[in-house]
Amino acid sequence: MSGEVLKRARYKTSVKDSGVAGVLKMTEDKFVFMPNDPTSSARFDVEFRFIKGHKFSKGGSNKPALLNLTQDSEKGGGYIFEFENYPDREVCREFVGKALAKFSEASKAGSEQSAVKLFDEQLSTIEMERRIKLLREDRHSVPEEKFGVLLLKGILPLFGETIIAMKLIDSGIASKVKWDCSELQKLHKQFVLSGVLTEAEFWATRKKLLDGNTSRTSKQRVGFKSAMISDLKPLTDGRTNRVTFNLTPEIIHQIFAEKPAVHQAFLNFVPNKMTEKDFWNKYCRAEYLHCTRNTVAAAAEAAEDEELAVFLKHDDILASEARRKIRRVDPTLDMEADQGDDYMHLPDHGIFRDGSKEIIDPQYEQYRRTLSQDLNRHAAVVLEGRPIDVELEDTRTVAEALAKSKRVEAANEKSDGSVTRERLERISRMTEIEDLQAPRDLPFAALCIKDPRDYFDSQQANALKTLGDTLAGSKQIKCSLSSQEAYGSLRGFISEIKSVGLSDPIVKPDIALKVLNGLTQNISSTKFHLGKNPQESVLDRLPIITKEELLHHWTSIQELLRHFWSSYPITTTYLYTKASRLKDAMSQIYPKLQEIKESVQSDFRHQVSLLVQPMLQRRRETLKRRRRSEPQEGPGGERTMGSIGTDLAVMERILELVKPILEHSKTEQEADQDHHQNQARAQHAHLTSTAHPVRFPLVPGSRENCSPLCGLVKMGVLLAFSLSDLREVGWRRRV
Amino acid sequence: MAPVPSKLYSDDVSLLVVLLDTNPFFWSTASLPFSKFLSHVLAFLNSILLINQLNQVVVIATGCNSCNFIFDSSSVPANPNLENGRMPALCSNLLQKLEEFVTGDEKLSKEVLAAGIGSSLLSGSLSMALCYIQRVFRTGPLHPQPRILCLQGSPDGPEQYVAVMNAIFSAQRSMVPIDSCVIGAQHSAFLQQASYITGGVYLKPQQLDGLFQYLSTVFATDLHSRRFLQLPKPAGVDFRASCFCHKNTIDMGYICSVCLSIFCKHHKKCSTCGSVFGQAQSDGNSATDRKRKTPET
Repeated sequence: MSGEVLKRARYKTSVKDSGVAGVLKMTEDKFVFMPNDPTSSARFDVEFRFIKGHKFSKGGSNKPALLNLTQDSEKGGGYIFEFENYPDREVCREFVGKALAKFSEASKAGSEQSAVKLFDEQLSTIEMERRIKLLREDRHSVPEEKFGVLLLKGILPLFGETIIAMKLIDSGIASKVKWDCSELQKLHKQFVLSGVLTEAEFWATRKKLLDGNTSRTSKQRVGFKSAMISDLKPLTDGRTNRVTFNLTPEIIHQIFAEKPAVHQAFLNFVPNKMTEKDFWNKYCRAEYLHCTRNTVAAAAEAAEDEELAVFLKHDDILASEARRKIRRVDPTLDMEADQGDDYMHLPDHGIFRDGSKEIIDPQYEQYRRTLSQDLNRHAAVVLEGRPIDVELEDTRTVAEALAKSKRVEAANEKSDGSVTRERLERISRMTEIEDLQAPRDLPFAALCIKDPRDYFDSQQANALKTLGDTLAGSKQIKCSLSSQEAYGSLRGFISEIKSVGLSDPIVKPDIALKVLNGLTQNISSTKFHLGKNPQESVLDRLPIITKEELLHHWTSIQELLRHFWSSYPITTTYLYTKASRLKDAMSQIYPKLQEIKESVQSDFRHQVSLLVQPMLQRRRETLKRRRRSEPQEGPGGERTMGSIGTDLAVMERILELVKPILEHSKTEQEADQDHHQNQARAQHAHLTSTAHPVRFPLVPGSRENCSPLCGLVKMGVLLAFSLSDLREVGWRRRV
Repeated sequence: MAPVPSKLYSDDVSLLVVLLDTNPFFWSTASLPFSKFLSHVLAFLNSILLINQLNQVVVIATGCNSCNFIFDSSSVPANPNLENGRMPALCSNLLQKLEEFVTGDEKLSKEVLAAGIGSSLLSGSLSMALCYIQRVFRTGPLHPQPRILCLQGSPDGPEQYVAVMNAIFSAQRSMVPIDSCVIGAQHSAFLQQASYITGGVYLKPQQLDGLFQYLSTVFATDLHSRRFLQLPKPAGVDFRASCFCHKNTIDMGYICSVCLSIFCKHHKKCSTCGSVFGQAQSDGNSATDRKRKTPET
């Protein structure tokens, strides 16, 4: 955010008021208005934190450029400024938007006061645009009108115009909306519309991401239009011989960029030799001659008027530039390869400007311009982009700015002498005759590996372990034979088969059956190795609906957790209620996971519970942390509780400490019970578990080893224990 | 070089390169006599050739001291008259070559009494197979789908590690699957990796006298049919590294930037390639620091 903005503006108390002229100065945290008339009372100095939002008028030719900074709703009113022009207003508007965004962020972070007010927060437009953009970007396949309604639902409440939104919903349009869209929209729907999170809370965690996006997009510069200026046709009115050309600053800029000769001529002639109007007249005349394709006439005119000739002849600057470029082309490029293509002998590759053919006398060659030349030039300019950053209003400034940027470019190129050297090197390298060159010795040191056996040994142990072989079992078999005897016996085997021939039958039927059975068993048993192979996700084997549901629950849990942690430390009642809302939402996910588990076929049930396991663990950790943060506010404030998570005794000690606080917070108590529940469950599980590590490919970062049995037991226990049961368990332990 | 798809036959024509382990030390101790083994394999080769008229079989013998082609179905004159009554021309031809190869291999052997069974030159025969396949790729308008089948008995040769791994990766790049059938007493870590990396089948038959059944059930399937079949697959390969110094499996360690050797603690000099390491970063707890090493060149 750049320091400050200073603009002329009129301060108005209402839109119709004529206003007081003065200067508006904005800095990062406040804005100051100083009227031109020192006696005027309309002088003020307001900090942005009192400003709740801003509105502005639509850009139009005759409407005034207004900016309205609205104050608190109860205080009413605001500050309306009228600017001299829209660009000024835009600058101020952006500045205000940033300042407000900063303040709303700051206020969200800490104070409860503003947090409560988040509900009726008036969003800045920029903010809202970002949200719309995010929802829009995220959607994949929602039809436009449906998306519109969706947007209304998502965005309208922000403006406090809930009534309209409600009407829309009532009218049944909204009921048609299918929220089958993206993750973000799903989450938005799930949490915001169900009231778990407020709109502001939902977006608060994504603000950073958005800011990054918008700042990047705003920096993008507009390039040239891809339409060619040759598309600009002279207009004739049919009755007189008058021909009209329309030149806009945009077109002039393009002409300058594409035709350096015109640009040069403009710089040379315009203020001294002729007026700008004359200059463009001449240019248009030349253009007209080109259009008529009357090269003879063009040549005649050029002979008379040397200034006109500039426009008609080939562009020398362009030509030299082209030559320079050609010099830089890779010397090994075979330009002749193209000559085999038949279209080369036709002018313009067989394409004619405006579809007509022209026959050219070689004498007037220099007055001819081909379409391909124009096309190429245009393409080059478009690709180069718009090098200058000035307003297009004044032709002279445009011309000068362009010239300046060209000079800089040329200077850069000249200073870059190494390019030429590199080019020469490349030529010599490419054209050399390999046989005659001395071997190029690159500086390298030979890799000398003393014993490649090490590589093998470091791998073998693991590899064999997975195959069920132990190194101890694979002791070397002693071979007592000398090599002579060994080879002899081998040859003996060969001659044996030579004399006996192939055994008949090759395989005995019962052995063949045994083998087949063995193979079949082997294949079906690989099913049970599922999940061990990190490259094969268990998820892929689940029915698609189940998979999606699981993933969705996973993202939901993560979203909830994100908000949960963002509200730490819980210092206020507002955060308490938020945290408990989140907790409730989280606990609703349990039965859903259970449902999924029950709905799948028995084949997959086991796998699903394996997948669900880490999610449950996730949650348990949350609850643990939640408890852990408590003692810090407790009267005895023990801060050295690093290893609480595992040590139940310490947990109980904290319980004692926190008890007075928990007394007046029901939700926290529940959390405790939940925690005990988890502890009890964990203990149960570990008693019955078998040490059989399984990997969870689903969740990156949570590859914990835990037994599948343990997972099932936990699930079972979780559902069997009601809260009251656990209260008992929990309290009894404490006693 | 990846095969150009348009050069493939539309039908499932296979080029099967069989690597036959002829380590005499292994066969003198193996539970399955070499002659029995040969009769299983010869029957299998015949059946491959019968499955599709255009199928091609190449057999490479993997000896202790050398490797060589002992059979190529494309170069054998299809002359049924040569049958000697007991076995087809194919087999006698192959056996003849095999005998010659064994004799040649013996001549190369140095009379050193090894403590155990030496390893066969798997890396050599794999390279020969891959070269042959590359030649097939580059000749003729159409080429069959190649695959390699290793019939391996002798234990892995650690000294061939680098060469074998190179061959495996080159097979992977040419999209040539390496099937492995381990006949020996122990599993082969080489072939397990080879099959895993190239997408082939690794199998260690339990019933060696039913070898033909294994071969024809599992390894006779061409690449096209494999898409529809469920072939035996291993539970997975453990690619965790163990350190070169103590052979411990480690999760985090030091890696020589020159030869990629792995160590569990910092050394001044790489024991594998001799590179001298620079001063280690002062015991920072970031993992990136630990990995950084500057070799001597």
